[in-house]
Amino acid sequence: MTLAPHEQLPDHDRPPDAKRAPKVRRARTTPPWWFALPALLLFAFVVLVPSVRGVYYAFTDWDGLDPDFSFIGLDNFSDILDDPDAMQAIWHTLLIAVSITVVQNAVGLLLALGVNSAIKSRNALRVFLFAPAVITPIVTAYLWRNLLGPDGAVNSLLGAAGLDGWQQDWLGSPQVALWSVIGVIVWQYAGYSMVIFLAGLQSVPKEIHEAAAIDGAGPVRRFWSVTRPLLAPALTINLMLSIIGGIKLFDQVYALTGGGPGHATDTLSTLIYKDAFTLGEFGYSIALAVVLTIIVAVVSTGQYLVLSRNERAVS
Amino acid sequence: MIRYRRRTLALELAMIAAALVVGFPVYVLVNLAVRPASDTSSPISPTTSPTLANFTQAWQQGALGGALVNSVLVTVCSVVIVLAVSSLAAYPLARVAARWSRGTYLTFLLGLVLPFQLAALPLYQTMRDMGLLGTPWALVLFYSGLQVPFTVFLYVGFLRALPRDFEDAALIDGCTSLQGFRYVVLPMLKPITVTALVLNTVAIWNDFFTPLLYLSGSAQQTMPVSIAGFVGQYVTDWNLIFAALVISILPVLLVYFLLQRSIINGFAGGLRG
Repeated sequence: MTLAPHEQLPDHDRPPDAKRAPKVRRARTTPPWWFALPALLLFAFVVLVPSVRGVYYAFTDWDGLDPDFSFIGLDNFSDILDDPDAMQAIWHTLLIAVSITVVQNAVGLLLALGVNSAIKSRNALRVFLFAPAVITPIVTAYLWRNLLGPDGAVNSLLGAAGLDGWQQDWLGSPQVALWSVIGVIVWQYAGYSMVIFLAGLQSVPKEIHEAAAIDGAGPVRRFWSVTRPLLAPALTINLMLSIIGGIKLFDQVYALTGGGPGHATDTLSTLIYKDAFTLGEFGYSIALAVVLTIIVAVVSTGQYLVLSRNERAVS
Repeated sequence: MIRYRRRTLALELAMIAAALVVGFPVYVLVNLAVRPASDTSSPISPTTSPTLANFTQAWQQGALGGALVNSVLVTVCSVVIVLAVSSLAAYPLARVAARWSRGTYLTFLLGLVLPFQLAALPLYQTMRDMGLLGTPWALVLFYSGLQVPFTVFLYVGFLRALPRDFEDAALIDGCTSLQGFRYVVLPMLKPITVTALVLNTVAIWNDFFTPLLYLSGSAQQTMPVSIAGFVGQYVTDWNLIFAALVISILPVLLVYFLLQRSIINGFAGGLRG
């Protein structure tokens, strides 16, 4: 049981038998405030101050170099609404985040259930299936760019299996490219979800399972009534990680498609990069970053509220 | 114990099939990396006359040795700074109930939500004015601040669950606060330090966007940006590119398989937070 700091007894509320120890020494048992200073300064310099300045720039026509820029109110934001590329990028960002969240966690949970069983290869599989998650995303993306090409290994494999009709230009076709990107992310991070679910599964006591089995519950019923409620904390972490990761996605899109073909796979992050560093539209680019911030804030707050209520409901 | 039945065997086979799906791209990666450019057979058929020539060529032309040194330097410096300042900051934030303490902690939590894209562009300008752009120190400074909120969050959560009796005893015995932190609190934080170490190292080592911005045009690159530059230069020479990818993956996988237990527990350790 953890106490929040405001619930812990401050020194002066302690029983008066503290008389034997001199009061001066008692006061020293609280660590000084300046311990937090180095971290706070670094955080303020790198994140806080630039973020506040960023929000300010979002209302200007700054180009990143010229010190003479003017305040243009909400123009950047109304431009976003009128910009089909930007609206499309917002849609792609949400679609990627939701798809990754659903597929990656479903696959991760199945893998975790498999690895948590009596199979002999479970330890080797756990290490092997998690391995892609530690590899640099940009590297796996370049690998997949070749595999998914017209003459790549995926099409070769389909050809060898007699599925010639399924062969296609996985990253070059606007209808398929976005789903290919999602597939690559799931390939890389399903093992990550698996590891977190596995930690949750291993916290479920065996005795409860055995008791339920003796009471006549089948494997499906045991999963639904015993395992699932106890997995709630792992699910909360997994959903949070995958949805926020999906919203901020940059590296894989940059390396796999560069946002193309056309703008078919552009996300908010790739558009922010392009607008700032290839078009020099810093003000507009930062306005897009503000939109991204709002989406992240709304989604994580909403998710936190819903999931913490669910966690309380099952516990 | 659950017995090994026919159903278990079926599950075992299904899981191995899943592992093959995960392993297939790695097979193709190695298969093409050892293949001479003259060999144009299908990427899935095994290479008949493997060669290591691609690796030596990629290592020399991609200047990957320098990139490896830079990546190690940036990652080690940043992680040491982040862990030091975050654990120190977490101590009063977890132990003091005053308003400044709660306010500071909430400020750090705000940093968990802010996407770095918002700060990246204004900070780019500040770094330029300070003359730090293009140097690895810009990255060390950036990561030292960027990773603080998450790391403080991990440490505070862990510290709050620890009893404070040991620190109180040490302080009453005449330790200064700093000595109490160094010799009593820090050793107790070891499990969460391992988690923070693993997660920060992987995040910083693998980051691509930040060095792409802050080291752009510089000769000193980290591994991910060097790889991107290499791909841009040898666009269709995939055998050479794949050799470079293998070189960049090898040190990561080597460390992973050596320390797999701590690393996997580190990733799963977020569950306690």
